[in-house]
Amino acid sequence: MSEEKMVNIFIMGKKYEVPASLTIMTAMEYAGYKYVRGCGCRNGFCGACATVYRIKGEFELKTGLACQTQVQEGMYISQIPSFPTKKAEYDINEVSPDQQVMMSLYPEIYSCIGCNACTNACPQKLPVMQYIAYAQRGDFKACANASFDCVACGLCSVRCPAGITHPQVGELARRLNGKYIAPESKHLTKRVDEIVKGEHEEMIEKLMQTPIEELKNLYNTRDIEK
Amino acid sequence: MLTNEMLESIKKVEATRDERMHAELRKMTAEEKEAILNAFHPDYKDEGFEVLQVGPNKGEKVPTELCHLLQGTSRVLGKDIDLENPDYDTDVLIIGGGGAGSSAAIEADEAGCKVMLVTKLRIGDANTMMAEGGIQAADKENDSPAQHYIDAMGGGHFCNKPELLRKLVCDAPIAIKWLNELGVMFDKEEDGTMVTTHGGGTSRKRMHACKDYSGAEIMRTLRDEVWNRKIPVIDYTAAIELIKDDKGAVAGAVLQNMETGELYVARAKTVIIATGGAGRLHYQGFPTSNHYGATADGLVLAYRAGAPLLYADTIQYHPTGVAYPSQIFGALVTEKVRSLGALLVNIDGVAFMNPLETRDVTASTIIRECKERGKGVPTPDGGYGVWLDTPMIERLHGEGTIEKRIPAMLRMYLEYGIDMRKQPILVYPTLHYQNGGIKIEANGMSDVENLFVAGEAVGGIHGRNRLMGNSLLDVIVFGRNAGKNAAAKAKTIDTVGKLTLSHVDSFEKELEGAGLAGGELSPKLLPDYTRK
Ligand SMILES: Cc1cc2nc3c(=O)[nH]c(=O)nc-3n(C[C@H](O)[C@H](O)[C@H](O)COP(=O)(O)OP(=O)(O)OC[C@H]3O[C@@H](n4cnc5c(N)ncnc54)[C@H](O)[C@@H]3O)c2cc1C
Ligand code: FES
Repeated sequence: MSEEKMVNIFIMGKKYEVPASLTIMTAMEYAGYKYVRGCGCRNGFCGACATVYRIKGEFELKTGLACQTQVQEGMYISQIPSFPTKKAEYDINEVSPDQQVMMSLYPEIYSCIGCNACTNACPQKLPVMQYIAYAQRGDFKACANASFDCVACGLCSVRCPAGITHPQVGELARRLNGKYIAPESKHLTKRVDEIVKGEHEEMIEKLMQTPIEELKNLYNTRDIEK
Repeated sequence: MLTNEMLESIKKVEATRDERMHAELRKMTAEEKEAILNAFHPDYKDEGFEVLQVGPNKGEKVPTELCHLLQGTSRVLGKDIDLENPDYDTDVLIIGGGGAGSSAAIEADEAGCKVMLVTKLRIGDANTMMAEGGIQAADKENDSPAQHYIDAMGGGHFCNKPELLRKLVCDAPIAIKWLNELGVMFDKEEDGTMVTTHGGGTSRKRMHACKDYSGAEIMRTLRDEVWNRKIPVIDYTAAIELIKDDKGAVAGAVLQNMETGELYVARAKTVIIATGGAGRLHYQGFPTSNHYGATADGLVLAYRAGAPLLYADTIQYHPTGVAYPSQIFGALVTEKVRSLGALLVNIDGVAFMNPLETRDVTASTIIRECKERGKGVPTPDGGYGVWLDTPMIERLHGEGTIEKRIPAMLRMYLEYGIDMRKQPILVYPTLHYQNGGIKIEANGMSDVENLFVAGEAVGGIHGRNRLMGNSLLDVIVFGRNAGKNAAAKAKTIDTVGKLTLSHVDSFEKELEGAGLAGGELSPKLLPDYTRK
């Protein structure tokens, strides 16, 4: 195998030489750091590892998840393990899916100046400004769907001149959508009723009393839905 | 960059795709499965295990790394800890901010108890957040809790504890409804019918999903609810030892600030361990799909306090971890990719098995294909993998299916220039799930008074092998159950007795007696990936 290719990166301003194949996260560990903050799932789901970086000589400030972004030559890296954001407290059973709810819980979304910095910052490439616009209009279904892949890393909020906490707005919209807007699953309601009435007890009891050999037979010969 | 060998092999995969499109792949017989597990499953490799010398499971084998931690040195030994003046006082103390801990917190709060949740990283930095595939529940007309019971029993090699499994399958639809009413956005048809698919080992399509962010959608909803209820959440704080009262019941925990190292004492009437799995112990050198904090801490705490473990020797290796590219080595490729129709294919383009066998059988068969038959595709890191033929999905279900149903997978690979809609991906088993754990009764309590356990830290629900989608389910069902029962129990306790850590001293004496004193510090808290 060929020699490992190395690149120079700058972690909070200090230079380190690391293998080019690493992610920002594994490069930090290669450089000698041990994470406590800023590392959660290590796999792009939890949003713990929000990072801003700039490539030497380029003017654009870039954003990414440290666990999902490969290092590059001349990368200046700062992680943002915590950023003060706003979470409005509410009772999901007391709110209703109308425009009023956003106005009272997250009024700052109406101060959006349309700069689109949030969308540009999103490592998940979500249409962040667009989903805020849906929320402003009270179209929670659209907001919920457009924000669905959000990992709440908060990079949008870091860049927002209006101080909006976008992930929380999306969260509220998704809960409203899931609870109030999406159609009811009638088969689910029915099955829960049956269970509460104890209609499945007997069958389960019977299985619990069945000797293992017989259970094995039931299992090995059960029909499988196509 | 794919190697030339990979590119050559992809051509063979493409060449056989047409004829594989509607191939019926035979399922193995019970005997064939048994043989392949014996020969190739990591759980059957003696070298990976050690026998416990002390504690409730003395004489039983567990993975070596876990054995060293269970018999390790307590972090409180020699520390000056003031048990007389607790820093926190609560009714129900919950350790772990994943799905089980959060569900428990919501129910204990609902019951009117004073609740506190401590977690090692942030609430939601947890395996629950990473679950992609989905959650099982028998809520369709052609399905029933009984059918679900049989599937799980078979998957678990008939070792599941019947009373726990009964609760799991009967409460499953109730759990889905509860989540839905909290606002979780399940995939539904226009008329509200849940979109459900098969998972390995299911006989009915009962896998409910929220795209391939199922766990994330559930976890963030639970987290939002915990916050809305103003339940105190103490982040970056690990429980490092349980505290007991003078009657031997559990009555709190010693906590450690992960950043400053400061120790605190939390007194509680009941305690719930919801600390999740052990992937970051890297048993037998396997990579893992688990989050950073999955180090089996809860098992260590409970074991020292005298709670027996069940099936701690059974580990789930997920058949499809990423084998290539190296940046995401070990990360999970959700089973849904196979549910949607992608076949497992070897270096010659041959589909070598039915991809919907149970996980243990599938993982073992992939290992055999690579190790014994030499039909794996070599990777630049010296490992190997087999193809998961993802382009089949769009051929079967139409263009756009991958983006719609498994967007997280698509995104993960696109970061490295691999478009799974057009080319197959390379996979190999990854350390995924702790099938066993702390033994509980149906009320969620361990063998130690006032110590409840929920989630992946529990052993017995899934027998010796868990089916996909039953874990997210147990997290909700048994998380809520533990929350309710721990709250009810707390209400029967007026005042907590005198706090003590004497069980830690006795355990240490036992270790000394066995010549095992001075082992590594445990619980482990975090893996160490810093280059030395
Ligand atoms: C990548 C992946 C995909 C999966 N996909 C599926 C799926 O599709 N379907 C399914 O059913 N299951 C799936 N699973 C399994 C399932 O997600 C987990 O088993 C389940 O979510 C575990 O929940 P939990 O609450 O028990 O533990 P976790 O969610 O892991 O939470 C445990 C929490 O405890 C904290 N903690 C640990 N130690 C301490 C300590 N000493 N002190 C304080 N806090 C501590 C951790 O930091 C964490 O926050 C998947 C798992 C992974 C990793
Ligand atoms: S560590 Fe979870 S997204 Fe990066």
